[in-house]
Amino acid sequence: MSVVRRGALALASPVLALLLAGLIITVVLAVIGDDIAGFWSVMSSVPEPRNAVAMLNQASVLYLSGVAAAIGFRMNLFNIGVEGQYRLAAFAAGAVAGAAWLPGYLNSLLAVVVAMAVGAAWAGLAGALRAYRGVSEVISTIMLNSIAGFLISYLIVKVGRTTGNATGTDPMPEGSRIGTIAIFPDSPTELYGLSLLAIVVGVLFWLVLNRTRFGFELRATGASDSAAVASGVDSRRMIVTTMLLSGAVAGLVGLPVIFSSAYNYGSSFQAGLGFAGIAVALLGRNHPVGIAFAALLFAYLSQQANLLNILAGISPDIVAVAQGVVVMSVVIVYEVVRRYRVRAEQTQVASTLSAESRAAAPTEGAAS
Amino acid sequence: MSSQVDTTPAAAAGTPAIELRGIGKRFPGVIANHDVDMTIRAGSIHAVVGENGAGKSTLMKILYGVQPPDDGTIAVNGETVTLSTTGDAIARGIGMVFQHFMLADNLSVLENVVLGAERLHGIGDAARERIQEISRQYGFDLDPDELVETLGVGERQRVEILKVLYRGASIIILDEPTAVLVPQEVDALFTNLRLLKAEGHTLIFISHKLDEVRAIADEITVVRRGTTVASVRPDEVTSRQLAELMVGSELPSPSTEESTVTDRVLLSVRDLEVLDAAGRPELSGISLDIHAGEVLGIAGVEGNGQTELVEAIIGMRRLSRGSVRLGDEDVTSWSTKRRRESGIGYIPEDRHRHGLLLDSPLWENRILGHQTRPPSVRGGWLSLRGARRDSTRIVEQYDVRTPGIDTTARALSGGNQQKFIVGREMSGDPRLLIASHPTRGVDVGAQAQIWRHIKDARREGLAVLLVSADLDELIGLSDTISVLLRGRLVGRFDPRAVTPQDLGSAMTGADDPTDEEAPA
Repeated sequence: MSVVRRGALALASPVLALLLAGLIITVVLAVIGDDIAGFWSVMSSVPEPRNAVAMLNQASVLYLSGVAAAIGFRMNLFNIGVEGQYRLAAFAAGAVAGAAWLPGYLNSLLAVVVAMAVGAAWAGLAGALRAYRGVSEVISTIMLNSIAGFLISYLIVKVGRTTGNATGTDPMPEGSRIGTIAIFPDSPTELYGLSLLAIVVGVLFWLVLNRTRFGFELRATGASDSAAVASGVDSRRMIVTTMLLSGAVAGLVGLPVIFSSAYNYGSSFQAGLGFAGIAVALLGRNHPVGIAFAALLFAYLSQQANLLNILAGISPDIVAVAQGVVVMSVVIVYEVVRRYRVRAEQTQVASTLSAESRAAAPTEGAAS
Repeated sequence: MSSQVDTTPAAAAGTPAIELRGIGKRFPGVIANHDVDMTIRAGSIHAVVGENGAGKSTLMKILYGVQPPDDGTIAVNGETVTLSTTGDAIARGIGMVFQHFMLADNLSVLENVVLGAERLHGIGDAARERIQEISRQYGFDLDPDELVETLGVGERQRVEILKVLYRGASIIILDEPTAVLVPQEVDALFTNLRLLKAEGHTLIFISHKLDEVRAIADEITVVRRGTTVASVRPDEVTSRQLAELMVGSELPSPSTEESTVTDRVLLSVRDLEVLDAAGRPELSGISLDIHAGEVLGIAGVEGNGQTELVEAIIGMRRLSRGSVRLGDEDVTSWSTKRRRESGIGYIPEDRHRHGLLLDSPLWENRILGHQTRPPSVRGGWLSLRGARRDSTRIVEQYDVRTPGIDTTARALSGGNQQKFIVGREMSGDPRLLIASHPTRGVDVGAQAQIWRHIKDARREGLAVLLVSADLDELIGLSDTISVLLRGRLVGRFDPRAVTPQDLGSAMTGADDPTDEEAPA
């Protein structure tokens, strides 16, 4: 299959999926009797600079969450626990940063390392259960999500403080906070410093996956567990390692907000990013670049949703429905396109080879 | 049943049971059928012969309604039909007995037979009576209430035939029915088939075993490269002539030249025991040595421990007792990766599950199993250039027919996939080559090439463990043949002196099974 055709097919899947999702949402709006034209004009409007920055901030954390999920997906491990991992890790980071055991940025660094370690450990539990006791990681991570929530509620009153209605960890000292980056000069919102982690993680993800032995073994295990085992991959160790890595990246998800905006972990900390990450990873086909586009799209939809109620009188929850529909469309369309691609390639191989054998036929005929 | 068949006016008038004209099937990725013409007389045994991959299976799937043909016409009892589902075929009285049995072990014979055909005679006494009647009529000797898991291979096959008869088939396709049988069981099967013929059934017998075909068939159609090349009567041709029709001018034979066996032991297995999940031994008391330059063939009916033996040696199964030594080192506690690094090439029995990443390009498949070794990997980093260059070398050197190394493994035919695997496993200086059914499901050209590569490996001083169900392949390639029966090595034979019948007896335990070392 030519490079052009392969590329076209790779692009066709998300485009088709989005068209399908748009169609379904339009039908939903029509059935409910909402303002279809209003919905599309709001959703397709160009965002204000401050919205665009908020979008980028949102996209960066969605990207981290998406990569965390994708690391597992690439070897058929369904880490549904990114949600619990990032929240527990964010809490730990907030607590460590607030305790201020170390001065300045050393304190920040420690908090980041602790966040990754906590995320990794929480995921590693599920990994170890799967590898050594055969417990499905889907079940164990879902349970661990729930446990993480209760654990945070329990611990936060021990280490945190209550001001008014809000309970949270101690705010971190000024010197440990991470600055923001101004993108538009007149925008009141700025890009969180740690959003740049998304880029670092993305590059590392690509590099490890495609250029290292570990990445190859991970992909091989995902493509065919039996072939990987026969090729000398220690599948138990791969399961634990992959879950540790996935959890470590999940541990980063909450950090941009904590270090550049909230300065502590509190009860109002944003939940649901882990589940959104699963959808983002699916939409981005677990590919570093694909996930980036998916994260931007999801962030864009969420930001525009805020305007829906004001400008078109439509409840913004329709956008959450839209995001769900996108994921479903993606799963269906990708499978259809995959089958088409397999058939197209087989046909092409058959025709190339038969053309070759026809070219060789005259000599064969002469010999017999 | 017999009344159904005999009174068919078409049969009386001498109309062929099946007439295929100009059948063609362009099937992505594998050799297509083209210009297939075949006439099958009613009430005869018609053999369809051809090498693995010649297109027999596709043709029979077309006839059984699994896949529709792209061109041509099918006539059943003189009437042109369209068979787009197996239901259509069954309605026309066509039944098929597959090579791999489709039986539920934990159900009785009765339950297996009525499954999916409950509407014919219910699931109770009427069905039981019908089954007993068929069983008596054709000498099947089957008890409807026996559990299938207690039945032997030959009996299971008769259950499969019974299933087809129960559904009212008068034209029965048997796909390589003798592949899973030992010679004595083959004789019993032939007795059954002759009875079926005497009752007016039409049998289509697919095989590539020529002596059997000549013994049982009334007519023989030869398929080569997807098309019918000849129709002959068994008394008109010799096996040799048939073989030449099948493979074209050049007849590959696995015969080995002069011995290259040295006295240097490369693989030494001692008192090996492997238990299944329930703690029952799957292998026990296995001891064997393979020397440099020696091919040790393992014969046995499938399921007697061949898979387990190979997986124990490669390190995929834990030993409960015994040791494995490779060269001077005891590798018993080594991981699969370490064993492969130390020089084991592995051609797995199931290449799709164990040998390839089907949706990855060939060059990535070059890395598989060699992910710690140059040229594909240096340190922890992949060398894409190294992997690609070496894949190109394998494609050229091992004659892998592919448009390029970026093609996914799935798109290649079985023979080309296997040639790529052989090329891969022969790179990186292996000392021991484990070849499990290396030519299963590959075309005849690839088969000859793979045989040649195994002979080359032997000549280069590798130790080769060859597991195969093809007795001719074993006899032709091995320096020594051991027989595996119920997880034990029960006999050791010299391939130059052994006959398929001797091996067959050892494989079924017709010899005294306690006689561990049968005279060579």
